[in-house]
Amino acid sequence: MSKLFSEENRAAFSKPLNLDNPVVIQVLGICSALAVTSQLKPAIVMGLSVTVITAFSNVIISLLRKTIPNRIRIIVQLVVVAALVTIVSQLLKAYVYDVSVQLSVYVGLIITNCILMGRLEAFAMQNSPWPSMLDGIGNGLGYAWVLVVVGFIRELFGFGTLLGFQIVPQSWYVENGGWYINNGMMVMPAMSLVIVGCVIWAHRSINKEDK
Amino acid sequence: MATKKFKCEVCGYIHVGDAAPDKCPVCAAGPEAFTEIAEAGAVPSKKKGLDTGSNTYTIIYASVMVIVVAFLLAFVSSVLKPTQDANVENDTKGQILTALNIDVKAPGFNIAKEFAGVRDMLWNGTELVPYNGQFLSSYGAAIKEGELHVFVAEVDGETKYIIPVTGRGLWGGLWGYVALNADKKSVFGTYFYHESETAGLGARIGERWFQEQFNGRPVFAGDNDGTVALKVTKAGAAKGETEVNGVTGATLTSEGVSAMVNGGLGAYISFINN
Repeated sequence: MSKLFSEENRAAFSKPLNLDNPVVIQVLGICSALAVTSQLKPAIVMGLSVTVITAFSNVIISLLRKTIPNRIRIIVQLVVVAALVTIVSQLLKAYVYDVSVQLSVYVGLIITNCILMGRLEAFAMQNSPWPSMLDGIGNGLGYAWVLVVVGFIRELFGFGTLLGFQIVPQSWYVENGGWYINNGMMVMPAMSLVIVGCVIWAHRSINKEDK
Repeated sequence: MATKKFKCEVCGYIHVGDAAPDKCPVCAAGPEAFTEIAEAGAVPSKKKGLDTGSNTYTIIYASVMVIVVAFLLAFVSSVLKPTQDANVENDTKGQILTALNIDVKAPGFNIAKEFAGVRDMLWNGTELVPYNGQFLSSYGAAIKEGELHVFVAEVDGETKYIIPVTGRGLWGGLWGYVALNADKKSVFGTYFYHESETAGLGARIGERWFQEQFNGRPVFAGDNDGTVALKVTKAGAAKGETEVNGVTGATLTSEGVSAMVNGGLGAYISFINN
């Protein structure tokens, strides 16, 4: 067991959560951070789906890594990811139909997520399956927490709700005689980039001393 | 044969030659402290037996991969198809019941059982006739071919007519069910959903608060029963009984819903006025 959780393996898991975060440091996967974070729930579901798929595709590519011809390695990686995403979406449709309706286009979006290809190319091609899996989970979760933060801010200020539950009291709203108006800017996709920018700023100022 | 390399395990000094030196020049350790360093690259590559860079290997690899993946996907798809179809049919029935303001998500709710009381009928221009075909999960094609489905249901002793509608949103298709009261002049309930509208914006047409705005609305403005007046406006711009507020930040999707409801009911105008 001690070998499974050696320092290197732990680093493969924990670094992407913070110091080597795919979104905040490497600025990957920004496209989907834009699309799915206007509310908290899709952000959470997307984060978890990416985590699962990054972990599995990392393991598969890592198992195949010695056989993959170098010249077509990107195509091989893409086929593995696409096949995996298709199978997952089929399984969701058959056994958890509600979730698959909820996810709709996001499942397809996962294929185009740059984090996936980035991890396959940079990590799984050189490392054995177990560290690759940890790396996949770490990167997925590193992506997920940024999405959750952005989704939290956008849903709270854009709709006054969290996970669909009303947080801002109804009596505060102008239409009910109060003073509060939902911030329509937060609902716009562009706002998520601004928030990601703020997250990066905060993250860099906190971690300044490490560099 | 090229020279070999020997590393002193005591101090890390690397000696180049055919054999380990008698004495390490740095730390003075004997020859027993030296170990040979295996040269990376040159020798092991021959051991593998397969040249993964060759054209033949690459082509065979790609072909095998494609065939394996194709069979895998075809297998998964064919195994799961019946379950998926059953889910879709059940979901469609649930959507039709939702248009009757029934909470199908309630725990223990059995959609198939509750739907048994709903009759699938066709409007042939003069009267409703029973529909005997297979249950359809989408109505876009049927409406285009002039096959006008009407679901007839009883809610609290009153007859309700449910009309399927389809349209286009910003990114993809929209569909929905509009339930009319027994006099067919006012809306009892609605249900809308979409293929791929933007999450948190256009996708909100699938939420109940939006759909419930339609409840009780008249289909026509005043006595004009020639054109359907019910429509969706920009958020906050709705005036009068027949206009419903759209979703904030999703003007195009709202317009899509408007066209769908307006046009969808328009196709049934002879039924509504019957």
